[in-house]
Amino acid sequence: MRSKLKPEKIFQLYFPIVAILAALLLTAIVISVMGFNFVEAIQALFVGAFGSLGAIGETLNKATPVILTGLSYAIAQKCGIINLGAEGQLYMGALAATIVGTNLNGTPSVIHITITLIAGFLGGALYGIIVGLLKNLFDASELITTIMLNYIAMAFCGWCISFPLKDTEATSNFPQSRAVLESVQLPRLISGTRLHAGIILAVLAIVFYYVFLKYTKKGFEMRTIGLSRSVAQNAGMRLSTTSLLAIFIAGGFAGLGGAIELLGVQFRLINAFSLNFGFDGIAVALLGNSNALGIGLSGILFGALRSGSNRMQMITKLPVAVIYMIQSFIILFVIGRSMFDFRKLRVYKRFAKRKMLQGEKT
Amino acid sequence: MAYLDMKNVSKSFGTLVALDNVSLSVQKGTIHALLGENGAGKSTLMNILYGMYQQNEGTIYLDNEEIDIKDSKTALDHGIGMVHQHFTLVPPLTVIENVILGYDKISRVGLQLQKAAKRFEELCQRFNMDISPWAVVEDLSIGQQQRLEILKALFRDVSLLILDEPTAVLTPQETETLFSLLKQLTDEGLTIIFITHKLAEVMNICDCCTVLRNGRVVSEVAVSEIESKEQLASMMVGSNVDLIIHKEEAQTGDVILSVEELCFDDEDRVRRVDDISLAVKSGEILGVCGVDGNGQSELIRCIMGLLHPTGGSISICGEDVTGKTTREVLNHHVSHIPEDRLKMAMIKEFTVNENLALMAYRDQQYGRFGFMNWKWITEQNIKICEEYNVKTQGMHVPAGTLSGGNQQKMVVGRELDREPTLLIAVHPSRGLDVGATKYIQNRLIQERDRGAAILLVSTELDEILELSDRIIVLYRGRAMSTMQRKAATREHLGLLMAGISPKNTTVTPVTM
Amino acid sequence: MIDTITSFLASDIRTATPLLIAGLGILFSSRAGIVNVGTEGFMLVGALAGVVGSWLTNSSLLGSLFAMGVTVLLAAIFAFFVVYLRADQTVVGVAINTFALGATTTLNRILFGMNTSPPLINVFDVVPIPGLSKIPIIGDALFSQPLLTYLAFLSVPIAWFVMYKTHIGLKVRAVGENPRACDTLGISVTKVRTGAILFSGALAGLGGVFISMGQLSFFTEDMVSGRGYMVLAAVVFGRNNPVGVMLATLIFGAGDALMYQIQAAMSGVPYQFSMMLPYLITLIAVCAFKSKTRPPAATGIPYVKE
Repeated sequence: MRSKLKPEKIFQLYFPIVAILAALLLTAIVISVMGFNFVEAIQALFVGAFGSLGAIGETLNKATPVILTGLSYAIAQKCGIINLGAEGQLYMGALAATIVGTNLNGTPSVIHITITLIAGFLGGALYGIIVGLLKNLFDASELITTIMLNYIAMAFCGWCISFPLKDTEATSNFPQSRAVLESVQLPRLISGTRLHAGIILAVLAIVFYYVFLKYTKKGFEMRTIGLSRSVAQNAGMRLSTTSLLAIFIAGGFAGLGGAIELLGVQFRLINAFSLNFGFDGIAVALLGNSNALGIGLSGILFGALRSGSNRMQMITKLPVAVIYMIQSFIILFVIGRSMFDFRKLRVYKRFAKRKMLQGEKT
Repeated sequence: MAYLDMKNVSKSFGTLVALDNVSLSVQKGTIHALLGENGAGKSTLMNILYGMYQQNEGTIYLDNEEIDIKDSKTALDHGIGMVHQHFTLVPPLTVIENVILGYDKISRVGLQLQKAAKRFEELCQRFNMDISPWAVVEDLSIGQQQRLEILKALFRDVSLLILDEPTAVLTPQETETLFSLLKQLTDEGLTIIFITHKLAEVMNICDCCTVLRNGRVVSEVAVSEIESKEQLASMMVGSNVDLIIHKEEAQTGDVILSVEELCFDDEDRVRRVDDISLAVKSGEILGVCGVDGNGQSELIRCIMGLLHPTGGSISICGEDVTGKTTREVLNHHVSHIPEDRLKMAMIKEFTVNENLALMAYRDQQYGRFGFMNWKWITEQNIKICEEYNVKTQGMHVPAGTLSGGNQQKMVVGRELDREPTLLIAVHPSRGLDVGATKYIQNRLIQERDRGAAILLVSTELDEILELSDRIIVLYRGRAMSTMQRKAATREHLGLLMAGISPKNTTVTPVTM
Repeated sequence: MIDTITSFLASDIRTATPLLIAGLGILFSSRAGIVNVGTEGFMLVGALAGVVGSWLTNSSLLGSLFAMGVTVLLAAIFAFFVVYLRADQTVVGVAINTFALGATTTLNRILFGMNTSPPLINVFDVVPIPGLSKIPIIGDALFSQPLLTYLAFLSVPIAWFVMYKTHIGLKVRAVGENPRACDTLGISVTKVRTGAILFSGALAGLGGVFISMGQLSFFTEDMVSGRGYMVLAAVVFGRNNPVGVMLATLIFGAGDALMYQIQAAMSGVPYQFSMMLPYLITLIAVCAFKSKTRPPAATGIPYVKE
């Protein structure tokens, strides 16, 4: 039995790695066709992501929000909900964190950070729950509601920073909120880098995700509902409340991601606060196969793509947006993994058959 | 040479050998039976003939000509038609749309429905069938849908018609109608291949019979040469499985489940359950018999709290559970073996361990403070697997890797392990081989003798007659009659299942 | 007041046009059982490809054809993953959208630079219909539109005919409901679904072209901004039939039109709120008018030949 399990374990790694390699290869072809030097680009990307302590710190900083949006997509998906709304939930989390983080002057730092993060979590979670309610009450497909809510959240945040939360003391008339107080800014982990404590929170979130799904009854119910609603019904599970909890946590993860990005990196809520983190999360979750460790690793990969791409743009003039193409290729090659399954090839089948026949003889 | 000759056909799926060097020859104008258990390879062989699968080896001759059937279109072009066990109709489309789907010989681009409908009506008249071409298929009865499937094939001028277990969904009376139609068809020169596992049908209407077992041909005989059903049965099953259910007289106790004047209307306000009353006592099996789709599912779903009844009441052990949630119903020590294992009872992607925890996980023993104590659960589940003979490679393999019989044993084990006061078993042996069927049926009897009240739903008359202590017959959501097992005969039940109350036969009404 | 109505109607019809063009395409793939989340990406790629094509050829017609060719290629990739590899439709759709965002942004910057003013291109001209466009109130609104708008609305009855009165339409409908039944009749589920996806890709691309060349005359990054999802919503809301889709796109288009009207006329309303309007209207429509007709039974399920 043990010997039979092993190849499966290897396959868990085989597919993502092949997907990444294939995606890079395809990107190489595409950008070469566009007239850029791929080797130069990938070098710049790599140096930008891992070339120095500062670069590594930047990579981990960029990994933090996408790990959280990845967890957001993953936990909803485990419960059978397609959460394309992490982007909006992240904005609402950041908005809630902005309100708490720019006020409550004089609160001790630890407490202030904690309640600001909780506010961020709740901002995303409550916005997420709207999706669940619309689905439960009106049977509205979350594919559409989440996207619409994303645009609404962005416009709403845009209004907030233009009017009620606008930084009136700023010199420019650029719509932005006041900066959060220094007491809520996340501490730097390594001096000389911008690496902040957010990555630790991301790791904690990963641990929570793992333990919750595997070892709690609510997690078990969510996984059951995600795979078969009718089985869950037969087992007496409460479908709508459990789904609401799932999208609540999912939104909370995304909101937390927004709060951490605010308290660790940007300090102010601005237009285009999120660099598409919500959608990156989908790729992170898929590449990580919704597995806790996998989400962590692929989050770091996507963080590296992000942090390296700035240097790449500087050196090769290749626009940062190229990394979206790499991402989409990775998603496609992960989801279409069956095309890399050499077990389906004729040669392999023949080989396996021969091996089996030999096994029978001995 | 015969009209159809399939020579040395072999087919394997992965490592599973479905057909091993099978040959079949069928004479023109005859009804040829293909007999075998579930999984014997009957359907696979016919799906090859109809172009749904490609054989790995072997050749097919039709009318002495070698043919290569690469898809169903080629099969139809050669005049081969097939009526599948699960109908291949498109429910929201009309009858005529279904008939001309993919048939562009009348007109290539536009549909020309009027023209097609005229031809269809002529066909209906010729075979004495009354189906309007403009009716929507989902409104037709099951029997009508099956006739439509046959007409669909005839519309395409087939000369060889394959029927896959056509009687499984019919009442005995509808079966008779089907048989006379088949006779008429062979009289007109059609050849019919009839897939079945029912011995009586082979003896009744077939001319010739090929018996398959484990993907091999066991024998091919003319029906006139068969001496007895037993001879056929032993060919089909092979080993001497103990076919007899050992059953004592029922020792009944208190009423456990009581359903009174239950009604249920579906979304379209169609009455699916119509004023049903029944009671099941501890220590007895009440068999619910009827053709599929006559309210059984809805009745069970109402009891389980999966549907809200429109009227009437349900109580378990004297407590009213009408309109209560499934969770509350389950808390009354109710176990449920649902009709469709893969859809309702287990999750293929879950491990055996997780599947076995699905029902009782809320129990304090399974873990406290909202956590799952997997260590304890696994130990518990290993015991269930041993007790109920579930053959698995381990507790942590996906349940989808188990054979159908073992999956069902897993589900049955999980449900019986909770020692239910009320057990609801719906088609507990559907799709299983003889061995697993008998194992599960014997387990149900054991549960009854332990004192459980059992509500058994089945479409197989044999199963109902073998296991039940009392029988209730459903027709269009209504209880036609409730009777003691001793008072029931196959013919009598058949008439009731068709909605006919026989006046001159004596029915002993049972007071509840 | 009358001027406002006229300009609102005209603007509604014009904002509904891209939704309608794409919607008629997506209708066919939806009926074949495909959830085409990649619509957004198809439209975005179409929007840029149209501008590029028109810029290169100096002809809006050739530009449109070029754009449709490009989106058909993109749709072929979608079909390959969804139909042949049986990958999850939503996920592949999201990947297509991500790709479209990356590819259009990159190419736009490479071709047209970041800060320079957009290139002058040949766009869709308004073609007033003689006589009819003189009718008061509605004349200017209905009959003073680009040619493509007339074509889009005239296509509604054609789409209806194809869907309900031809073999192709019957096959599409049947494949979405019961692919296995089609398979047993020798209809290739793969071919029908692939065809429907390619067709939807071409029309979604053309819808995108209309956004960049009918409503505006240049490309901006992420300019489709959720309209692809509105198209999906319109198909569901329009109960999967051509006339319904047309009405739905007119309602959703009204959101867009209203946004422009408010921005132009009422300076008191913050523009962020008017920007929310189209999305809010779509959200409300999806919730409030819960469709009684169910989607095709095999929606979203890859077909596995047993």
